[in-house]
Amino acid sequence: MEFIGKIFVMAIAAIFVQNFVLMRFLGLCPYIGVSKKLDSAIGMGMAVIFVMTMASTFTWLIQSYLLIPLKLEFLQTIAFILTIASLVQLVEMIIQKLAPALYKALGVYLPLITTNCAVLGVAILNINENYSFIEAILNGLFGGVGFTLVLILMAGIREKLEKAELPRAMKGMPIAMIVAGSMALAFLGFSGLKL
Amino acid sequence: MIILYSIIVLGALGLLYGLGLAFASKKFQVHVDPKIDEIVGILPGANCGACGQPGCGGYAEAIVNQGVAINKCAPGGDAVIGAIARIMGIEASASDKKVAVIHCQSGGKNNTFLRYDYQGIATCKATVLVSNGPNLCNYGCVYQNDCIAACMFGAISPDENSMRIIDKDKCTGCGACVIACPRNLIELVSVKKRVHILCSSHDKGVEAKKRCGNKTACINCSLCLKKCPKEAISMQDNLAVIDYEKCINCGMCADVCPTGAIFDPLKEIRAQKKAEAKAKAEAAMQKFEEQKEHYEQKTEEK
Repeated sequence: MEFIGKIFVMAIAAIFVQNFVLMRFLGLCPYIGVSKKLDSAIGMGMAVIFVMTMASTFTWLIQSYLLIPLKLEFLQTIAFILTIASLVQLVEMIIQKLAPALYKALGVYLPLITTNCAVLGVAILNINENYSFIEAILNGLFGGVGFTLVLILMAGIREKLEKAELPRAMKGMPIAMIVAGSMALAFLGFSGLKL
Repeated sequence: MIILYSIIVLGALGLLYGLGLAFASKKFQVHVDPKIDEIVGILPGANCGACGQPGCGGYAEAIVNQGVAINKCAPGGDAVIGAIARIMGIEASASDKKVAVIHCQSGGKNNTFLRYDYQGIATCKATVLVSNGPNLCNYGCVYQNDCIAACMFGAISPDENSMRIIDKDKCTGCGACVIACPRNLIELVSVKKRVHILCSSHDKGVEAKKRCGNKTACINCSLCLKKCPKEAISMQDNLAVIDYEKCINCGMCADVCPTGAIFDPLKEIRAQKKAEAKAKAEAAMQKFEEQKEHYEQKTEEK
């Protein structure tokens, strides 16, 4: 029971209190870039959840059973990036095969998950926080869920904004930035939660 | 030792991932029609959207997968159509090349009557917002540079009267200027059509001519409408409009137009030939009269 409680706390912390996009400001590129349409935002979110969970798993294993025993912790960054890049390639192939429409909608942002700092961020955070294997996987999963949640919220708002009558200077990116700022302010409210 | 370990570890990781990806790429291989890549290579890559598809890549895919007509690429012209036809193995149907026509010849600042001197943001869109533009004519060109700026191919340039001239060779018919013009003066017309009504004024009768700086406004006299052998011209809200589907380039409307609102590049040549023929006929008549007199004299003498 204690374990379930801990998982719940982790979930709340990763999704709301320490949201990757709005509280840690990681992964802003896909957050702004892929949030124009709800469909592609959901697809991108799923891809990021998958990549983050897998990356957490593999990087934790590599760190614990390869780098630490051999005293190669300084290789952490490059080994992690290598792992993430390969995973993204794999995801790209799978999506292209199974969902060509999604592949087209995501476009250049799919390979950009490679350089999505949220993915590398979650991998390094797992190590820094001394999470156990299970905790690391869950943290990756919940981090991805938090990213997806914010991405979908943003996409929903921006789809409405498309139809709104805005001053021309505000159309597109400027209003997206303002919305992103307001959302970050709103999420700041969660930081008062005592977990 | 640590250097050796790092090399081995990273090398092993790289090899492992590489093999994994190689295996996955075989397993998840997607068949892409090589024709698409070939067609993308041929298309001009301007991504102008004149074909109605999102960019050149989208058009190539639409051709191969959905059987969209291959003659939609305006910037590419006949050369590209021929090349696509070879790839697709179908007959090339010539495209009807369209070029932009500006339906106004008021000639800009130098010869347009002005209500006031506009000194503001130098775009047409801003200019027409200030009490309907500085021109006395509410429909004419306001001689800023929106169409010139919109043209990606450098086909529009101002002449010495700051009237906008479209270079038919450079114009690709992409329609960017049509969207840019706030007065809706520009229309895409087949390059084969020569005769155009270069006025967009809906003012009534002589009022239009009074306001037009160039004095070449359509005064809705309906002479062209009556003269046209194909009934291609109609009056729409005090303005003669040519139906280009019916027009046969005969230019009779241009000949009869009292203000010169209708433009036909052959009008002057035709007028010159007509004058020459008339002179010739008069000369022949004179000769005939002389000879007639000559014979009459001879018969009298006899």
